[in-house]
This record gives sequence, C-alpha cells and structure tokens, in this order.
Amino acid sequence: MWAYIVRRLFIGVALLLALTLVTFVLFFASPVDPARYACGKNCSEQQRDQARAALGYDKPVYEQWGLFMKGVVAGRDFPADEELRAAAPEVVTHCAAPCLGYSHLNSSTVNDLVKEAAPVSISLALVALVMWLVGGVLFGILAAVFKGSFIDRGIVGLTLVAYAFPTFFIAVFFLKYFAVKWELWPYPTYVSLADGGLASWLGNLIVPAFTLALVFMAGYVRMTRAFMLESMTEDYIRTAKAKGLKQRKVLFKHGLRAALTPLVTMTGLDFATLLGGAIITESVFAYPGLGLLTVQASDAWDLPTVIGVVVLAGSFVILMNIIVDISYAFIDPRVRLG
Amino acid sequence: MDNFLSVRDLRVHFPTPDGVVKATDGLSYDLARGKTLGIVGESGSGKSVSSSAILGLHRGTNAQVSGEILLDGTNLLTITDEEMRQRRGKEVAMIFQDPLSAMHPYYTVGNQIAEAYRVHHDVNKKAARTRVVEMLELVGIPQPDRRVDDYPHQFSGGMRQRAMIAMALINDPSLVIADEPTTALDVTVQAQILDLLQKLQREFNTGIIIITHDLGVVAEMADDVLVMYAGKAVEYGPTKELLTHPEMPYTWGLLSSVPDLTADVDEKLVPIPGTPPSLLSPPKGCAFHPRCRYKDQVAGDLCVTQQPDLTPGSRGPGHLKRCHLTDPTVPNEEEVARS
Repeated sequence: MWAYIVRRLFIGVALLLALTLVTFVLFFASPVDPARYACGKNCSEQQRDQARAALGYDKPVYEQWGLFMKGVVAGRDFPADEELRAAAPEVVTHCAAPCLGYSHLNSSTVNDLVKEAAPVSISLALVALVMWLVGGVLFGILAAVFKGSFIDRGIVGLTLVAYAFPTFFIAVFFLKYFAVKWELWPYPTYVSLADGGLASWLGNLIVPAFTLALVFMAGYVRMTRAFMLESMTEDYIRTAKAKGLKQRKVLFKHGLRAALTPLVTMTGLDFATLLGGAIITESVFAYPGLGLLTVQASDAWDLPTVIGVVVLAGSFVILMNIIVDISYAFIDPRVRLG
Repeated sequence: MDNFLSVRDLRVHFPTPDGVVKATDGLSYDLARGKTLGIVGESGSGKSVSSSAILGLHRGTNAQVSGEILLDGTNLLTITDEEMRQRRGKEVAMIFQDPLSAMHPYYTVGNQIAEAYRVHHDVNKKAARTRVVEMLELVGIPQPDRRVDDYPHQFSGGMRQRAMIAMALINDPSLVIADEPTTALDVTVQAQILDLLQKLQREFNTGIIIITHDLGVVAEMADDVLVMYAGKAVEYGPTKELLTHPEMPYTWGLLSSVPDLTADVDEKLVPIPGTPPSLLSPPKGCAFHPRCRYKDQVAGDLCVTQQPDLTPGSRGPGHLKRCHLTDPTVPNEEEVARS
C-alpha cells in the first residue's frame, strides 16, 4: 500500500514537471510579447528591453523554466535580473520555497496571490459539492425508484433544462432576479469565514455555489439514476429479494451500495477541477478566486501567475486522482493495491 | 403422500410491444415434503420463470401471473406482497445458478447470510453470527468462524455455492428451489454439492425443486421429473420410469443428447435438430412438431394442427405425456438419425 502511494506520488511529481514545461513552451510559442504588456502603452524600445530583462523574459525558455523550478525547490529573489537586483536592492523581494513566481502586474509573489484566492475557490467548490451530491444522488434515486413515472420524467426533464442553460446565463439570471429585482437574497459578495463567521460565509456562498452546482447536479442525477437502474438488474438484487428483505433494504443496502461506487471517481475529479477555480461563476459574481485570477492574468500576459495557478490546479487534480484510487481499496473489497 | 406444494395451471405471461410472451403456459405439478422434483428443459423453456413465480419474484414487474400455487394450503398468488415477502426465504428459499453474481460483492459472506436470518428472526447480530457459523460448518466450509468474514470473491466456486446453500437453508424452509445449482461448477464439485443438498434434505425434510438441463443431475437427485418445452409440461412422471421409458419424442431427444460413458468412442451423439421455438408465436399444433422426427407416424397432420393434451402415459399412475403418437416405445434414435 505505502509502496503504491509513493510510486503514485512520484508519477504525480513527474506529471507536474511536464505540466509546467508545456505551459512555459505554450506561453512563448505565441507571437505576443509579454514584455510589451508589462511595460504599458507609452513605452520606448529601451524601456521595453529593460522590462523584459527585469522579468527574465529575455532568457531562453528552458532557462526560465529552470529558474522557476529552482524557485519551487529552493526559493528565489526578484527581479530576475541580477544587475537590476544589485543596482536597486530596495526593490528586491525574496520568495521562499516553494516559490511559484512573482507577478509584476500585481507587485506581489504568486504565492501571496494564490493564498488569497484559493480559499474563495475552495469555499465555492466545497459548498457546491455538498449541494450537487445531495441533490444529484437524491433526485437520481427518486428517478430510478419511480422509473417511467411522471416523477422520473419530471426529474430527467429538469436536468435537461439545467444542462441546456449555460452557467453564465443562470448566474446572471439569479443575480438580476433573485438578488436585485425581487430582493429575495442579499447581493452575494465573498466574505471569508474568519471575517464574517459561518452564517455570513455560507449565506453569501449559497447563490454562486448553487449556480455552479446546478450543471453538476444535472449530471449526477443522470448518473445516479443510470447506475442505480443498472445495479437493480444484478443477480444479487434478486438474491436479496428472495431472502425476503423489505424493498427499502433491497434498494438502499444492496442497490445503492453498488451504484454509488462509480460516483466516487466522478466526484473526486470534478471536485479537484473546481478547486482550481470556477472561471465563469467567479467572473460573473466577481468572487476573487483562482478562476478570476486566471482570467485576469491571462488577459494581461502575466506569465508567473498563469504558471502558478496551472501548477496549483494540476496538483489538485493529480492528488485527488491518487486519493480516489486509494479510497477504492476501502470502498471495494475486491480492490487490493499492489 | 401429502402434497404440500401444488401448482395448478400456472401461467406467467409477459406483455411486450410485439405481443404476449407466454413463458409459462398452464403448468401443473405436485411436490411432497422431503421429495425432489426435477424440472428439465432447454434454455428458454420456462423452467426458471415458473419457479420464480413461487417466490413471487414477478410481483412489481409487468408479468401477468395466473393459476394457483398452493403451499401448505395457502395460494401464494392471492396473498398480499407483505405476506409473500414474509414467506420468502423463510418457507421458500432459492439457490441460484452463479453464486458469484448472486452474492453482493461489497458485503461479507457472513453479513449476507446473517441478513437472511435476521429478516425472519428477531435476534441480535451476535446470535445471528453464531447461527451463520453453525450453518457454514454444516455445509462443509472449513474454519467457518474465520471464513464468515470473507468476501464472496475470496471463496472458491464450490465454497460460494455451499455458502448459498447455507443462506437458503438457514431459516429451515419447507421448500428450496435450486435453479441450476451446479451449472457454474467443476464436475467434481458438482457431485459434492449434490451430495450436500441430498444430505441436508434428509436432515431438514425439505422439498426441493431442482431446475436443470442436466439429466445426470435429475437421475441422481429427483423423485419426479417434469420435462418442459415452450412453457408447457410435455412429460411428467417418476424419474426412474421417465428416464428409462420416456414416451415423448422431446424426452427421447434429450436422453440421446447425453454422452454415454460406456458407449463406443465412435458412437455419435444425436442432437435434437433445430432451435427452441419463440415463446412470442409458438408453432401451431404441437409446439415441438417442427423439430420432431416422428410426426409422420401420426395419422394426418394432427401434429401440425392440433395441440396434444397432457394425457396419462403407460408407465403407471402419475405418468403424463403430451404427444399424439400412439405407439409409445422408444425407437432407436441412432437408426432414425441414419435413415
């Protein structure tokens, strides 16, 4: 088991290395000059070169990648250019390991940016996860139990509606009608757990999290329904009935147990993806999470921030994959990790 | 003989968009306590469907079940779902064909057997476990106090079937339906399982319905045999008589499809030609006539136009056959095949 985990972690680290390298290469494969963005509009040729050197964009891609990796392992000082650091020691910023870089645009290390944005995304993902799991599994079971009835058709029809409307539409709709026009809910703004306490944190998260959860919920309703119907045709269900078990026990002890297992994989991966930021939801509700940070950074060709968020989001996905695989050893007695 | 199980004119029909599938169509038989009935037939002849009806497993589906199933005087087709549920596993239990898929992969063997016990007995977990270990020992599982916590995949095929038998017998049911209990097992294990069933039958005085397509199993186990074809009984009688003096061409065909260990190695098996009929639109007349080699020996086209009734055969009381043939002696299949 431990050998398995160590091996998986090694593969995960290798994957992350490849991920950063690909991001670097892709970034510089574009014809856009990031130094021009960093320097601003009225910027002379000379100023631009200065900016490029200060940001380290003048070095070859592999060298920049090497410096980034050094920062992750041992920490770095910024600006990247040594002469510049020597000339103006008062602007030097030290970024301790694991350093994800320095965003010139935000005049801050990427670590600080991420530290501020990650709790927003994690809060949003967590509340959305609870919503879509509870709703998805509950309505999925209902639809499966009453298969073919108007309840089933109603639920499946509603999931189609939830699928059909894009998230940005639903988000704007909720904001415009629920928060502004009918004033059913105060206009949501992010309040951290430390600042506002549980009630305020949760109250402000409910509308954006529900927006985010809706499309996932639709998928989970469909999947739970399908897995449940499939497991109810298994031979062991017939055995359970033949024993004289009550229908409730046949459904929930025997049917649901098998139906929920494949959902664990889906849940783990969907949750991991959301931890890396819900771009559309965060943008519409102006929640300063990793999604919004990514959008702003890509708009401004702010390479260090983009890389930082990519590495973080990638680690979430890789780590969650390992956790899901390990959890199967506990969920399914037939799985033994070796 | 007291017949504690009487099935009368049992029909299980499944309405489909293409028409009604008559999986079981007018089946009648009796079973005495402690005796064994073998139901034989090809796949799709309605063996399993008719037996599932005894457990009420068609309730809640779109199947239409009619007729009478009397168990100790109670008609199982007219009692409520709850009354049926209370009888399942307690008075009638079932042993399934493939014990690997018939057991839940996520629960231990002990858990699943204890569950069967606790549905019908108000006991705590510990008492149920003790009883399960007892049962596992009875069916010949080594170190039952340890194996009780194993999962089904940790058991061998034969042990799984033993565990299934323990599950079926834990409530001491008066009737056990064994649906091809040895089909998924090795030959050596098959014999052990059959021996075990017989031993437990003597011990608990259980009535057994054994569903199989293996005539060897029938010869070993059954007191009576019911041969099914296209949802109907085509021959029914005491095993010994029926296997030695069958009077229906389909039974002849089944018997000559079985390899004979003492026969010459060059001797060919004589399979029944053709395939089982569609239950959606069975052939007119005798359902077996398209595959029957002897229909020419019946005057006129009686076999094609008229369904034969189940009439007394010549092998004593209780022997019934469904055939127009007047001369019921078995012709030499070999010769017929060659000609």
